[in-house]
Amino acid sequence: MEKLFSPKNIFTIFKREFTGYFESPVAYVFIIIFLLLQGFFTFNIGQFFQTDQANLLVFFQWHPWIFLFLIPAIGMHLWAEEFRTGTIELLMTLPVTMFDAVFGKFFAAWLFLGTVLFLTFPMIFTVMYLGNPDLGVIICTYAGSFLMAGAFLSICSMTSSLTKSQVVSFVISIVLCLFFILAGYPPVTDFLSGWAPFWIIDIISNFSFLTHFDAFKSGVLDLRDFIYYISIIFFMLYTNSVIISNRK
Amino acid sequence: MIKVTNLTKNFGQIKAVNSISFSVDKGEILGFLGPNGAGKSTTMRIITGFIPQTGGNVSVGGLDVSKYSLKTREKIGYLAENAPVYPDMTVFGFLKFCAEIRGFSGTALKKRVSQTIEKCFLANVQLQTIDTLSKGYKQRVSFAQSIIHDPEYLILDEPTDGLDPNQKHEIRTMIRDMSKTKSIILSSHILEEVDIVCSRAIIIAKGSIIADESPKQLRMRSKFYGAVSADFNAPVKSAVISDLKKHKTIKQIDIKNNNKNLTIFPKTDKSVILDTVLTILNNHNTKPVSVFVSKGSLDEVFRSLTLGTDKLL
Ligand SMILES: Nc1ncnc2c1ncn2[C@@H]1O[C@H](COP(=O)(O)OP(=O)(O)OP(=O)(O)O)[C@@H](O)[C@H]1O
Ligand SMILES: [Mg+2]
Repeated sequence: MEKLFSPKNIFTIFKREFTGYFESPVAYVFIIIFLLLQGFFTFNIGQFFQTDQANLLVFFQWHPWIFLFLIPAIGMHLWAEEFRTGTIELLMTLPVTMFDAVFGKFFAAWLFLGTVLFLTFPMIFTVMYLGNPDLGVIICTYAGSFLMAGAFLSICSMTSSLTKSQVVSFVISIVLCLFFILAGYPPVTDFLSGWAPFWIIDIISNFSFLTHFDAFKSGVLDLRDFIYYISIIFFMLYTNSVIISNRK
Repeated sequence: MIKVTNLTKNFGQIKAVNSISFSVDKGEILGFLGPNGAGKSTTMRIITGFIPQTGGNVSVGGLDVSKYSLKTREKIGYLAENAPVYPDMTVFGFLKFCAEIRGFSGTALKKRVSQTIEKCFLANVQLQTIDTLSKGYKQRVSFAQSIIHDPEYLILDEPTDGLDPNQKHEIRTMIRDMSKTKSIILSSHILEEVDIVCSRAIIIAKGSIIADESPKQLRMRSKFYGAVSADFNAPVKSAVISDLKKHKTIKQIDIKNNNKNLTIFPKTDKSVILDTVLTILNNHNTKPVSVFVSKGSLDEVFRSLTLGTDKLL
């Protein structure tokens, strides 16, 4: 048996990809759009100041929906670009395992998303200025948001290995991600509860990013929610590597 | 040693490679020739572990590439067709990345990268982003990537594609100089290149090997091999021609340019006929202005071997 992964190679690939984000203007455009959208949803649509509460619920409430569009935009290039330019042949004939390549790329994109999330920190100062927020809850929700971003990203990484076209990859990603949101979106679950048995709704909504994100929002760090996101990531990235093996 | 046994690759209905076998020893440079779509790149992709075979075996340094993919990839340097390189990186950054993956670090890494940049004449573009490079420079970057770890096995898919004549010469010299300690396979559509660089040539067509010998042996298959071509100032007299024709080592004479150019073919045993021809000409007091003995044309052999093969199947 040959080794499954090498931390050194994962790090080398991670480094290449991560620094790549900051060498292209796309990253900065992405950061600006993310922060603008975040601000717009929180302050205009969410009426942050009018709620008169010293917490970030309104701010976090929009995360899944912003991720729905922005993470596919980050994830679409991950593998589609390798297939389009033919560099997949270079990468896969270097002495790196599939695991190294898939996780190296994934971690780089995930940390980039983490950086973007981090840049929303002025929100924390805003609520601290306004009142006495529960910092524990805020940090917990940030962690949940970061995990959820990872789960979104793993889906996008997988779909981007299906095609050479970033646009196709983007569209498929949104459809898949939408499913993972809607499964637990109250209007959808309410509609289902009209006729489906309770246990089915329970199973379906348990698949939703929203359901598990809610737990973090209430400041409860439950191992199950953590395991849920990590399993989604592993499952998607495993599928990702199977697809690459079969397509190359 | 690279050993390929009964290698077969099907893409659905397409038989890209059809049970080919060959091996390459240390010190050998094997040239891979064949028409477009013959299966050259496919064979190389299987050897480098990029795609799996449908049947047969490939071993590199005694290790089966499908079982020990990682170990064999460590020992192989591969220049893929069309030189895939990360377009958004600088030449320096890219080569550094490859060297890191190849296990170099610290000062050894820096030395490797700068040496390779030097060797491949990339010093003046090393800080340029790869997608702003010309085709030939991209090719050189890809070549640099393949030799950065001084691999035991080198697989080069059309290594001089897109290079200018000077660079072609440099790269060929480099490949030949490296060959003592390596097993090298290179594919090419430039027959003259294979003649200069390779110690052995394989011609493949429609996925099968149709010739496997030294470039010289291949050239000897040419009907022009050993033929003497002579130019004259005045038309050659018919007596001279009939004397030449009568000689037992001479098979045939092509007469062109109003009896001013003769191409004299030896009998099929490819006997050396220059002396005979000169003697006969001398006997008739006929002096040629130029004489040239053909070494055979790989081009012609290639065409006669592969022409029509695309109509097979
Ligand atoms: N991924 C693939 N899917 C389907 N068919 C393929 C694939 N790759 C190669 N082929 C087919 O296999 C055959 C051999 O292709 P290959 O690229 O090995 O040819 P080649 O000898 O390298 O040709 P060239 O001189 O044009 O580079 C061709 O018929 C090609 O169409
Ligand atoms: Mg080819």
